[in-house]
Amino acid sequence: MSAAEAETDDVPFFAPSKKVYPQHVSGPFRRAKWLILLACLGIYYALPFVRWERGPNLPNQAVLADIAHNRFYFFFIEIWPQEVYYFTGLLILAAFMLFLMNAVAGRLWCGYLCPQTVWTDLFLAVERFFEGDRRERIRRDEGPWTVDKLWRKILKHSSWLMIAWWTGGAWVLYFADAPTLVRALASFTAPVAAYVWIAILTFTTYALAGIMREQVCKYMCPWPRIQAALTDDEALNVTYRYDRGEPRTSFKQALRLRAIGEPAGDCVDCQQCVAVCPTGIDIRDGSQLDCIQCGLCIDACDNVMTKTGRSQGLIGYDTADNVERRLAGKTTLYRPIRARTVIYAVLIALVGSAMLYQLATRRTVEISVLHERTPLFVKLSDGSIRNAFAIRILNKRPDTRLIVLTVAGLSGIRLEAVGTDATADGRPIVTVDPDSSREVRVFVTVPPGVPLRGTQPISFIASDLFVGEVVRSQDHFFAP
Amino acid sequence: MADPHNASNEIDHVTGTATTGHEWDGIRELNTPLPRWWLNIFYVTIIWSIGYWIAYPAWPLISSTTRGVLGYATRLAVEDDLAIQKAGRAVQSAELAGATLDQIKADQALLRIALAQGKSAFGDNCVGCHGIGGAGSKGFPNLNDDDWLWGGTLAAIQTTLQHGVRATTDNETRTSLMPAFGRDGILKRNEINAVANHVRILAGQPAEPKADLATGSRIFEQNCAVCHGPQGKGNQELGAPNLTDAITLYGNDLASLTETITNSRNGVMPAWGERLDATTIKALTVYVHSLGGGQ
Repeated sequence: MSAAEAETDDVPFFAPSKKVYPQHVSGPFRRAKWLILLACLGIYYALPFVRWERGPNLPNQAVLADIAHNRFYFFFIEIWPQEVYYFTGLLILAAFMLFLMNAVAGRLWCGYLCPQTVWTDLFLAVERFFEGDRRERIRRDEGPWTVDKLWRKILKHSSWLMIAWWTGGAWVLYFADAPTLVRALASFTAPVAAYVWIAILTFTTYALAGIMREQVCKYMCPWPRIQAALTDDEALNVTYRYDRGEPRTSFKQALRLRAIGEPAGDCVDCQQCVAVCPTGIDIRDGSQLDCIQCGLCIDACDNVMTKTGRSQGLIGYDTADNVERRLAGKTTLYRPIRARTVIYAVLIALVGSAMLYQLATRRTVEISVLHERTPLFVKLSDGSIRNAFAIRILNKRPDTRLIVLTVAGLSGIRLEAVGTDATADGRPIVTVDPDSSREVRVFVTVPPGVPLRGTQPISFIASDLFVGEVVRSQDHFFAP
Repeated sequence: MADPHNASNEIDHVTGTATTGHEWDGIRELNTPLPRWWLNIFYVTIIWSIGYWIAYPAWPLISSTTRGVLGYATRLAVEDDLAIQKAGRAVQSAELAGATLDQIKADQALLRIALAQGKSAFGDNCVGCHGIGGAGSKGFPNLNDDDWLWGGTLAAIQTTLQHGVRATTDNETRTSLMPAFGRDGILKRNEINAVANHVRILAGQPAEPKADLATGSRIFEQNCAVCHGPQGKGNQELGAPNLTDAITLYGNDLASLTETITNSRNGVMPAWGERLDATTIKALTVYVHSLGGGQ
């Protein structure tokens, strides 16, 4: 505060944000946004109920993060905890796709796909339904509290809370069998964690989409900052074509000026682009951090241009370069294929194919070998040396499998597994339950007379008795 | 602004906030009270703490603490947790208690429970001598190998565990006493040296060049063969070790053998039946049997 004293002017550090009252607008962008909203929300709310048969031993929910059993299911894909790198890959893919989208047409993510945008749009529609459009809302908010104002507010907030509650409710359905959980939730017998998560997500949805809205995009989200650093002059952005719009003037004045041959821009300064903007900015100030590029100002301006008899597209997707080019009298140019987009596309293709390859060649049996350390080796009465290992066999298939264990690497080396009776040619057969793992204690013995010195490499081989899938694991045999 | 805390009633023109009237080198201190919500929460926590003192153990006294009306104590909570654990295992424990050793060995589910319980009981009671994983050391048998003093079948291991070895408190204990041939004057020094060399030969080790092997063989026959057998193959009934295999408990170099024959060894193990319940003994039996030497 003493710093404020040192300043000569008395400007406060903090400017409370002005509430934004976005006006309703109709047009192709608005329609596209509605369709995307329906698709996104439809997928989000309905996906947990989609079934996907995986046989009798596995859950039949298409998308399920089964935390209790450490499995993630996505249609035909099943991921075990140690395969979490698939998620890393997905995140890398998502990042590059975001970069590519940005290089092609700016903040497509922010304007159309981001959950913050989608839910805010939905909440705004609810607000409009109960409280009317922009002017009505402004007037009512400025006016005194009346019964009419009260019930509209109450209905709006209750509807918001209901949507928010459904949002949280749908979220927890991804973590348990959805129909069962819905029944449990309805009868208040669901786990406490489910209610807690629903409460948390109800609160965040209500707060972020209902109250904070554009503030999230302006102040909380890191993407605008990253995006601003990533963008270039060749990316399509929602652009006010000031080469066409300026000098702005009133409709009548423009007619008069044009009649006498004076220059007059197409912008009639009607403020419609500002009124419809969900972040409350003026696109005519140029591209800016606060613009989420939702395209609604394009719709608003096109409607006005139609009415004023000028051609549409005073605001539209364009590049900063093209505006300069037109001003300089050059032809416009847009190159969606350029070094930046090609590099991103190649990176996406690389990461994507690496993941696909990994998925296609994914092993459904794996072994992890742990050498027992106490004791590292045992001398038997006939002088042979024995090492003990704990071998965990992972069966990632939905049926019971018979795995044959063998060991190789030293002459006369042989393996026996504790607790397994069956053998195939003297090699132990381990039965592993569907979609689970089993640890077996294994003794590896080298007969006397084989020269052993310290440690020597050996390899364990696990093979499926029927399918023939084979995996190997390198380890060491310890000797005195 | 008739704020009683504001001594000066002076308003800072930049912030519009009252000052405390304190000034240092022209810098005045703003009177910025704690936010109301913060203070209220603080008062609530004070009220809460009073309830807490009454409900829970709180104030230290000279030898203990105030008890609290809820009767809560961390020690009791631990006991409750233990009881819950025990109750959770009740079915499995009962199954284990009712099953024979062979039944346990045949039933995968029972075996898993027995091995888990055996492993933890082994860690609590046995590792002190036999080492982690039963690796053993000089004088303490390695339980992973296939050489047994008193037998390596499930039944033999159970008996050994139950009654111990040379346990003075148990009448059925495993017992046998090798005489201290040197200390008790049964054998002379040169005789001990001869028989030690004979044992080296039995174990397939080279004897001393000048050793009197004939005497050694004769003395072995007269004194040792009764327990260890004429070929030195040992006798598990008597806990007499096999002297011909690759495993020794106290070493089979000449010095160790001389020491063993002179003073005798006679290792001991407590009779665990006195300390552990029958189910734990069973679990330990199965665990030791599973280590690798079970017969």
